[in-house]
Amino acid sequence: MIRVVVQHGAIDIAAELALVEADAGGAGAVASFTGLVRADDGVSALELEHYPGMTESVLRHIANDAAARWALSGVTIVHRVGAMAPGERVVFAAAAAPHRAPALEACAALIDRLKTEAPFWKRERRGAAARWVEPREGDIAAAARWVAG
Amino acid sequence: MALSLLYFAWVREAVGTGQETVDPPATVATVAELVDWLAGRGPGHAAAFAERGRLRAAIDQRFVAMETPIAGAREVAIFPPVTGG
Repeated sequence: MIRVVVQHGAIDIAAELALVEADAGGAGAVASFTGLVRADDGVSALELEHYPGMTESVLRHIANDAAARWALSGVTIVHRVGAMAPGERVVFAAAAAPHRAPALEACAALIDRLKTEAPFWKRERRGAAARWVEPREGDIAAAARWVAG
Repeated sequence: MALSLLYFAWVREAVGTGQETVDPPATVATVAELVDWLAGRGPGHAAAFAERGRLRAAIDQRFVAMETPIAGAREVAIFPPVTGG
């Protein structure tokens, strides 16, 4: 099962993992990644903007690609939008596969590609000041290794 | 032909709106030419579209290169490089 969700509310990891496991279809491995809002440099809040419609279609495309490449029985991507505080979950990705290696690798690919391909934009707030986050070269390189392979 | 435009993040803030409908002249054939034409619409637009290298675009919700023709497009979105995850 492919599950792609863009939501304002908090991400319930236990519920998401339970869905993946219930639908695993005999798979022996579920790998997941949780991204939290980093508390560095005095960030007081993070705001996520996105392109409704395109976001969901890009996430679904990334999920379908991973499912085909690693023969996954389940893929979940949940991404929050709106305002959130340091320590809160901003993104969750999970992959179910027969064995651990494809599950772990697929999970890495999901999050690497999401960072450079899905139309989300982050703005950090530090008290009254706000700043749009710039893309990182390291993220671009991390995503490229999955596309090149 | 009327074209629906969407702006996100600091592009939206600089322009002052997230959405507008424009009717560019027939000489505006590509996304890059559209960006240059939009820059002449006012000071907010000029600030948003001054550096084409900082911009990315999508036509009908698919990423495209700046050289892509806009013929047949219904919706063009212009925005900074994405920073999700």
